[in-house]
Amino acid sequence: MNFKFYIFITVFCLNILKGQEVLTGKIVYQVERETKVLQGANVYWLGTNKGSTTDNLGNFSLELSKKSDRLIISYLGFSSDTLKIKSNKKIIHFLKEDLSNNLDEVSLIQRKKTSKLSFTKTQNTILVDASELLKAACCNLSESFETNPSIDVNFSDALTGTKQINMLGLKSPYILISEENIPMVRGASQAYGLTFTPGTWVESIQISKGTGSVVNGFESIAGQINTELKKPFTDNPFFLNLYGSQNGRLELNTHLNRKVSEKWSTGLFIHLNQRNKKIDNNTDGFLDTPLSNQVNILNRLQYIDPLKGWVIFYNLRFLNDQKQTGQLSFNPNIDKNSSTIWGSEIKTKRFDTALKIGYVFPEYPYKSFGLQTAYSNHDQKAYFGLRNYDIFHESFYSNLLYNSILNNTNNKFKSGLNFSLDKYVENIDNEYFSRTDKNFGAFFEWSHDNIDNLSFTAGMRIDFNNNIGTFITPRLHLRYAYNTTTVIRLSSGTGRKASNIFAENQSIFGSNRRIYIEKGNNPFYGLLPEKAWNFGASISKSFTLFNKSANLVFDYYITRFNNQVIVDLEEEGRVSFYNLNGSSSAKSFQLSFDVDLTPQLQFKSAYKNDIVSIDYKSGTKQKQLVPKNRVFANLSWKSLKSINDKQWLYDITIHHIGNQRLVSNSLNNGISQSPSYSILNMQLTRVFSNSSEVYVGMENFGNYTQINPIISSELPFNANFDSSQVWAPVLGRMIYAGFRYKF
Amino acid sequence: MNKYIYILFLFATFLLNAQDSSNKQKTSFKVFGNCEMCKMRIEKAALSLKGVKYANWSIPENQLTLIYNPNRIELLDVHDSVALSGHDTSLKEAPNDIYNELPLCCLYPREEKTKPRYK
Repeated sequence: MNFKFYIFITVFCLNILKGQEVLTGKIVYQVERETKVLQGANVYWLGTNKGSTTDNLGNFSLELSKKSDRLIISYLGFSSDTLKIKSNKKIIHFLKEDLSNNLDEVSLIQRKKTSKLSFTKTQNTILVDASELLKAACCNLSESFETNPSIDVNFSDALTGTKQINMLGLKSPYILISEENIPMVRGASQAYGLTFTPGTWVESIQISKGTGSVVNGFESIAGQINTELKKPFTDNPFFLNLYGSQNGRLELNTHLNRKVSEKWSTGLFIHLNQRNKKIDNNTDGFLDTPLSNQVNILNRLQYIDPLKGWVIFYNLRFLNDQKQTGQLSFNPNIDKNSSTIWGSEIKTKRFDTALKIGYVFPEYPYKSFGLQTAYSNHDQKAYFGLRNYDIFHESFYSNLLYNSILNNTNNKFKSGLNFSLDKYVENIDNEYFSRTDKNFGAFFEWSHDNIDNLSFTAGMRIDFNNNIGTFITPRLHLRYAYNTTTVIRLSSGTGRKASNIFAENQSIFGSNRRIYIEKGNNPFYGLLPEKAWNFGASISKSFTLFNKSANLVFDYYITRFNNQVIVDLEEEGRVSFYNLNGSSSAKSFQLSFDVDLTPQLQFKSAYKNDIVSIDYKSGTKQKQLVPKNRVFANLSWKSLKSINDKQWLYDITIHHIGNQRLVSNSLNNGISQSPSYSILNMQLTRVFSNSSEVYVGMENFGNYTQINPIISSELPFNANFDSSQVWAPVLGRMIYAGFRYKF
Repeated sequence: MNKYIYILFLFATFLLNAQDSSNKQKTSFKVFGNCEMCKMRIEKAALSLKGVKYANWSIPENQLTLIYNPNRIELLDVHDSVALSGHDTSLKEAPNDIYNELPLCCLYPREEKTKPRYK
């Protein structure tokens, strides 16, 4: 009896509740396909005074009315809607903006980041677009990484002033630097190759940390840097850039692009630079920066037929680069190889050609073929005081690629064949070294993506090399999205490389160190090929900090060499090359933090710690001239564009470089470390219109320089003479200006 | 040299494998949505079915392009799968309760209710 009563009561109560049914819903609207909530919209039953308003999430709840089933939704500036409500099921309703009564339009523009860590790519990849390249005075590729913390820019020597780059604490030979996926800065062009790509030619740069993909070869150990050049089809028909700096550097860049027909377009890219002003601010009798001139011409031909799926690129490029450096009074016409006045000239002639053909099956967009072939001929003739160094490098590269899927597009694969041929002839003071590297490789790379939180790329290649032998290169990259704001990446893999000891270490010729090579019965100057494993982990987290969107990234990479060619400068007056005996590793930690302070103001910062420890004959030491600690900060501001596209842009960058280990020499009196120092660069750009802009900038604002960059500069024919031990800028504060014009 | 031949052979098999396109069909239909998140959800729903080789949803056109094997799957199954992920298609309408749970950016304006609807 009691039990039945309870059931009766319960049912009765439920009926009462049902009688007070509540309608819930959400009111939203769309602006350019973006759905947004409408807060404070009025919701009420027709002909009643029962109503509600939406909260800050656009939600409302309202008792159903007995009097009316017509719900009216209204909001100022939007057309009111009347809905017929049949039940209390949740409704989501779109209000449309009332265009007849247009109020002042408020639009939100989110600023596009010019360089960003890719959130969706499996590999730890940083994309740098052309507007990032405009932030520095970057006249060529070697200078374009100054606003990017992943790549460290070093000064390689006091003579040529060429900037070398480091990644994960390792020098550029351990980075595979390619141009449109064809390896470019390698072999003979290792020392100066980055200065052979003018900054204005570059459309974008992709930097990936870790060994990277197997598709482009086995040579990458620390990372891969790929540059995409401007495409005639999409680049402006005309572009002109003039640049001049206080220390006498003048540059001219011009691009001329033409659409020959609907499918064919052609581009002519010309770069000229010159410096003919002798500067010796530190009064050591040597030029602080070389006299130089470069002519660099690239002709591109592009064919696109999107309907049939064909893409063809053909490049033809010619470069002539000359540098003169040494003592102020040196005149190459009279004093070449003189034993009283020290001077040097480096002359490079290079010819490149590349053909790329791509075909995408029109019915099957996931299936494609690619053929890349490239030939280069690099001829460098140089002397440094009484030393001569000539290198001739001829290279042929080809890569045949096939992309398709396994089962469905969640599983893609790339497979293909490589063939490369490199011929080297070197002459060091009439001692000749010549070598031919032939390599045939096959690769297979599987990329899986579950379109949710997990993706990985597993690659494997097998290479048959006449000098290294037959070997397998495995590489794995994995990305896991822990949640929508946290991404974890892991990578591991091997890389190998023939060490071109002279081409990669050309700065030693700017010294009187005697060269010793511990030759064994090995293919590369009697030395073994280099081999390393690289392991990396990275966590990136995006969050909001005081309502500002921010990003935090931790990176940790370890490179362990199984074999390495050690360049030993520990003993004064000599340089020794020998195979690693013991261990050599580079451990690189990077913590970066970015925040958008306002839509116009962006802050980027990074702290880096590089422990590069090598077992030298004389003991285990941090690699010389590699700072253990670095700090980077950049603030960039963009004014809102005015109606006629006028805009101001301002960038300020600070690099703090920690202590660097110095090798012992007569000059530094037992001081084994360089002091830490900071460099501040800034640039201001005024955009006048879509087609013209002017920029001025200042490098090394604090005017920090190394006082005696050249050891034994007063006695350049003495055995201790060495210009390669440079740990700070040689040139002080420098002002530059330039303008860009395009249509 | 044997290895070279072996590799070439391997490569050739891939190419042959790739040419096998006899039982593939390409089609496209309308799927409603707004953004990158919708794109991931829609493509995932389509690719979760065995027999679907390729799925690409274009944001501006709201069009889902498919390549599938008609021997292994009916096109209507793809409509079902996509609708059950919360997105109306030209043939099927998503259940209200699933649509209501979509994140804000994915809420798309719905057409008049003329299509068959899941209960």
